[in-house]
Amino acid sequence: MSKERVVVIFPHPDDESFGASGTISKFRDEGVPVTYLCGTLGEMGRNMGNPVFANRETLSSFRKKELAEAAKQLDIDVEMLGYRDKTLEFEPRQQVAEHLKERIEALGATIIITHYPGYAVHPDHDALGAAVIDAVEDMPEENRPQVWMHAISNQSEQDLGKPDIVADVRPYWERKLAAIKAHLSQADGMMSLIEDHDQASEQLERLKTERFYTHKFQ
Amino acid sequence: MDAIQQNVVQEKIDQLANKEVYVHLETTNGAYASHFDENAYNVGAFIRNAQVSYQHGKIVSTGGSYRVGLKLDLGWVYAEGLTDFEIDEKNRLLMAGHDREGRLMVALEISETPFSHEADPDE
Repeated sequence: MSKERVVVIFPHPDDESFGASGTISKFRDEGVPVTYLCGTLGEMGRNMGNPVFANRETLSSFRKKELAEAAKQLDIDVEMLGYRDKTLEFEPRQQVAEHLKERIEALGATIIITHYPGYAVHPDHDALGAAVIDAVEDMPEENRPQVWMHAISNQSEQDLGKPDIVADVRPYWERKLAAIKAHLSQADGMMSLIEDHDQASEQLERLKTERFYTHKFQ
Repeated sequence: MDAIQQNVVQEKIDQLANKEVYVHLETTNGAYASHFDENAYNVGAFIRNAQVSYQHGKIVSTGGSYRVGLKLDLGWVYAEGLTDFEIDEKNRLLMAGHDREGRLMVALEISETPFSHEADPDE
């Protein structure tokens, strides 16, 4: 048995499926416990299902159920952090970091998967990723988990170089797709955005390899 | 939500006039607009639970979508591009405009009770 304990920290229900579900599946197959700390309910999402089945007031209930279904597909635990979609960057960062540190320590994380602050496109991604770094930096050196950061922005490789971890998740592709599709209100919209992208095949390929930069602590 | 029925929405707007109501008003093209199209701009705004009272309001058809304006004592509430509506189980008037893929572009909602503001919805 591995001694690893993985904690995934992203702000929205579906970030875990699009961004890291192949890597999560690999850890689960190795018997490593994985917990998803989900920042918000994604209640301000634009995608309402296609055809539309949710509205602004019901979206959060749908997304909560969808996340539970994705978690079942991936065989992981989920904890909601209770923030509100689109507002994370406006919360006091120190307060968010302290909240995260408490959860990270309680769960005994040895590896954290989060977004690369500044390279994660959505302001909630950047804000939560930054708070994770603060939280871990505030821990005694010997207790610090590794931090694996997911970069999304188009210029991330230009600026940051090659990622430290490049995981071919094709062996887990079916499970990844099942997890993505569990997010019924979001999956169609995001997949069609990806397919309509001017570099569609490249975007799809990106889903089949998960790349992470490891944070270097000072 | 269903396609807007102008007379039903107008009736509801009239019912809610001259009362203390809560408004959710929002427009967005999404946080990924300029990520997926480098020529696009990310724009969006929302206000949740603005407490207002309007003197009168009107829904106007533009052929395909609708505009709604609510006249306040000291200003206006305005939304364009509304296509769908629902009067939900809490008797709130929810209106939204969606693009071809069903993504929300604009929303205007009016309620006599505050909209949920905690992360947890009152299910």
